[in-house]
Amino acid sequence: MSQETIIVVGNGMVGCKFCATLVEKDADKRFKLITFCEESHPAYDRVHLSEYFSGKTAEDLMLQPESWYAENGIELHLEDKVVSIDREKKSVTSAKGVELVYDKLILATGSSPFVPPVPGIEKEGVFVYRTIEDLEGMMDYAKKATKAAVIGGGLLGLEAAKASQDLGMETHVIEFMSRLMPRQVDDAGGEILKGIIEERGLSVHLNKATTNIAGDGKVEAMEFKDGSSLGVDMIIVSAGIRPRDELARECGLEVGPRGGVVVNDNLLTSDPDIFAIGEVALYNNFIYGLVAPGYKMADIVATQLLGGEGAFQGADMSTKLKLIGTDVASFGNIEPKEEHKDIVITDPVRGIYKRLITTTDGKLLLGGILIGDADAYGNLLQMTLNEMELPEDPMALILPAGSGEAPSFGPGSLPDTAQICSCEDVSKGSICEAIEGGARTIPELKSCTKAGTGCGGCVPLLTNLLNHQLEEMGEEVNTDLCEHFSHTRQELYRIVRTTGIDNFDSLIEAHGNGGRGCEICKPAVGSILASVYNDKVISQGNRKLQDTNDRFLANIQKNGTYSVVPRVPGGEITADKLITIGEVSKEYDLYVKITGGQRIDMFGAKVNDLPKIWEKLIAAGFESGHAYGKALRTIKSCVGSTWCRFGVQDSTGMAIMLENRYKGIRSPHKLKSAVSGCTRECAEAQSKDFGVIATENGWNLYLGGNGGMKPRHADLFATDLDDDTLVAYIDRFLMYYIKTADKLTRTSVWVDSLEGGIEHLKDVIINDSLGLCEELDKQMQHLVDTYHCEWKDAVEDPEKLKRFKHFGNSESTDPNIKFVRERDQIRPANEDELATV
Amino acid sequence: MSDIVENGTWQEIGPTDDFVVDLGVCVQNGDDQVAVFRLAEDEWYATQNLCPHQKQMVLSRGLTGDVKGEPKITCPLHKRSFSLRSGEFLGEGEMDCLKVYEVKSEAGKVFLKL
Repeated sequence: MSQETIIVVGNGMVGCKFCATLVEKDADKRFKLITFCEESHPAYDRVHLSEYFSGKTAEDLMLQPESWYAENGIELHLEDKVVSIDREKKSVTSAKGVELVYDKLILATGSSPFVPPVPGIEKEGVFVYRTIEDLEGMMDYAKKATKAAVIGGGLLGLEAAKASQDLGMETHVIEFMSRLMPRQVDDAGGEILKGIIEERGLSVHLNKATTNIAGDGKVEAMEFKDGSSLGVDMIIVSAGIRPRDELARECGLEVGPRGGVVVNDNLLTSDPDIFAIGEVALYNNFIYGLVAPGYKMADIVATQLLGGEGAFQGADMSTKLKLIGTDVASFGNIEPKEEHKDIVITDPVRGIYKRLITTTDGKLLLGGILIGDADAYGNLLQMTLNEMELPEDPMALILPAGSGEAPSFGPGSLPDTAQICSCEDVSKGSICEAIEGGARTIPELKSCTKAGTGCGGCVPLLTNLLNHQLEEMGEEVNTDLCEHFSHTRQELYRIVRTTGIDNFDSLIEAHGNGGRGCEICKPAVGSILASVYNDKVISQGNRKLQDTNDRFLANIQKNGTYSVVPRVPGGEITADKLITIGEVSKEYDLYVKITGGQRIDMFGAKVNDLPKIWEKLIAAGFESGHAYGKALRTIKSCVGSTWCRFGVQDSTGMAIMLENRYKGIRSPHKLKSAVSGCTRECAEAQSKDFGVIATENGWNLYLGGNGGMKPRHADLFATDLDDDTLVAYIDRFLMYYIKTADKLTRTSVWVDSLEGGIEHLKDVIINDSLGLCEELDKQMQHLVDTYHCEWKDAVEDPEKLKRFKHFGNSESTDPNIKFVRERDQIRPANEDELATV
Repeated sequence: MSDIVENGTWQEIGPTDDFVVDLGVCVQNGDDQVAVFRLAEDEWYATQNLCPHQKQMVLSRGLTGDVKGEPKITCPLHKRSFSLRSGEFLGEGEMDCLKVYEVKSEAGKVFLKL
């Protein structure tokens, strides 16, 4: 069977896609493909054209390398274009005089920029933004230009404006309509977008109709209908597109009144052997000016040619792109009818605008716009396209997911509706209202909003939000630790370091505001003293500073009993140790649970029993796990190269070494870590304060991760480190955190709060930009050298042991503690049960 | 309003030296429990040991301190603070007061009026 010939006129993105699709589907080589490309480069990615300015080459942008065409039997006529079609003879003639016969013809000529007929538009210095040649011309001309204007504030115009700015020119965007991107966004979204774009140093002029371009042979100024003018020496026109339908017109194919080759559902033109696809095709009186519908058309035509069925039924015009560094997306129907419902989140401060349009009953999503954060685009588009029923609170769909991707995620980026306190269900909006109403401190906020009065876990976020709002209002932020100290934790740490003060009473006397202290400053100072001197936290003088957990070296639970967690470095444990845990739990009737950090937690211990439990654990070789302290908790690990067929380093050994190095060190908040033996990351190191992942060449170090209430993906800090460098970097990271973080601030929040974030940390830790490394190394070594097991210290000291009882005047345990049994273990009795047990 | 035990009798609860400044001690009184706090060499307070918030016997293990000079005890479970003088709740919202007791130190011994 002889091959049929298909000629594709135009080798743009859609034409190329058609070729690629046909080659892929045409296993029997039924067709011979010929394509004409008028440009000097074969098809390239026009969507990312602006990257040509940021260093990408024409080759980088190419959809297929030039060699691909020959390899797949495609005859490519580069720098040649079809100038006429003879439908009778079924042949085309090219500019270079090539005449070829076709069986089927595909028109993929695309579009050309529309240049409005403004007087002076022909002057030197006026460019369109469409091809690599256009860009090269602009780059050349920009060498002698300083000020440019882009006519058109649509998608492509803004791309062009970015390009112009990248060329070092003062750039103005001139839009005829009342908002930017009039086809994709609404007025409010356009306003936010304008703010974002102006923030990046571009000037935006709306409602401006250009009436004349002045200048002597070349561009000097633009004159507008409203009588104003703007001096510029270069103009980029991006005022829309016009389908390139000249060929079709000349050979008598049906075209639309405003251009475009009319096609039916099969994408056939009025000639049954000629198809039209992409931006030249007019379907249902509409030109699809996006690449996705063009690709869809290419696929449908290829399918039909190979005998399959396919019909074009219009395409979704949803789009998501990064514009001048900002996410912009729109999907579905963004022009709602009056009865439709609107959900809008606006945050001009962070440049975020999100709008969902739903049906009247709120059950179906019709469309929406996302500016500034389009992470939800994929899901929302799916919900729209598939008519999936919306959840009860559709707002949740567009709240920030806390994805940790944004390096400087601050409270300002949260929408007003974001829930800050989950215990009391308090939104950011109500907190902001309270601040506007006069609340200036956390206690004031707590009392008027109830936020932070439950578990208290949201207090750091609440504090950030308060400070952020006060700063926004131009008010001085009170960073005092509490009423007893007009200093931040960082300042107190520095004072303790420089003065050598080693107890609370001297500190409050010399640097405080008088008084006895409180539940805020006492533990904070206790932690600072431990971080600096590493004295025992329950020694005389220090004990009174510790909250109950640190004071009793165990974790208090809801009924006043404690839980006991021995250290299990790296999660590695022997059978004998497991037996001991079993025996102790059995003897004291403790509830046992495996923790998330590869340890074992024993619950329900009474104060009086704690030392006896510890003695037994210590005798079996256990130490305190510091689960009660703002200190290193656990370093999870996988089995690594020792057992795993994928492991590339001994992750367990590394985890044990690191856990033993940092155990007991007191820090502003708890610390969690993990070591994974390969890139599969089974230990989940990227959700830890410091995480280590093995590579073929050493270790990658990740910092600032967090799970929990506000997850944050850790930042990659350094790669392929040897053991010593890894330890040195972690040493410095921890000491710098201890030195500079606010009280009860996890590393994730701290890293985000640092000016420069992870890059700043690299400067300090790797490049020693602050000249601190030697000091940090020394301080860490002191802490490592002075490690002690706090349980051992307690059981060996009769004075300390005296404190481990419930009553001062009796040896009894608390008779009020009642347990019931559930699933063969104890649990605290609830209120109803208390009456009966 | 605070609820002060007035009609009790003084009972010895232990040697003064067993009470560390700024820390609390729980005293067994039949089925009831009293939290005794020594805030200075000779400054004593006593309240019920039960925190009215979640009804647990834990106040003696809280942190002592002051707010604008008013001595207070902060519960270790959820950080509710109460005046050591009057037993009144120092936060916002509804919360029962603590029962407060008279306590003193004489001749090296501590006495509680029960």
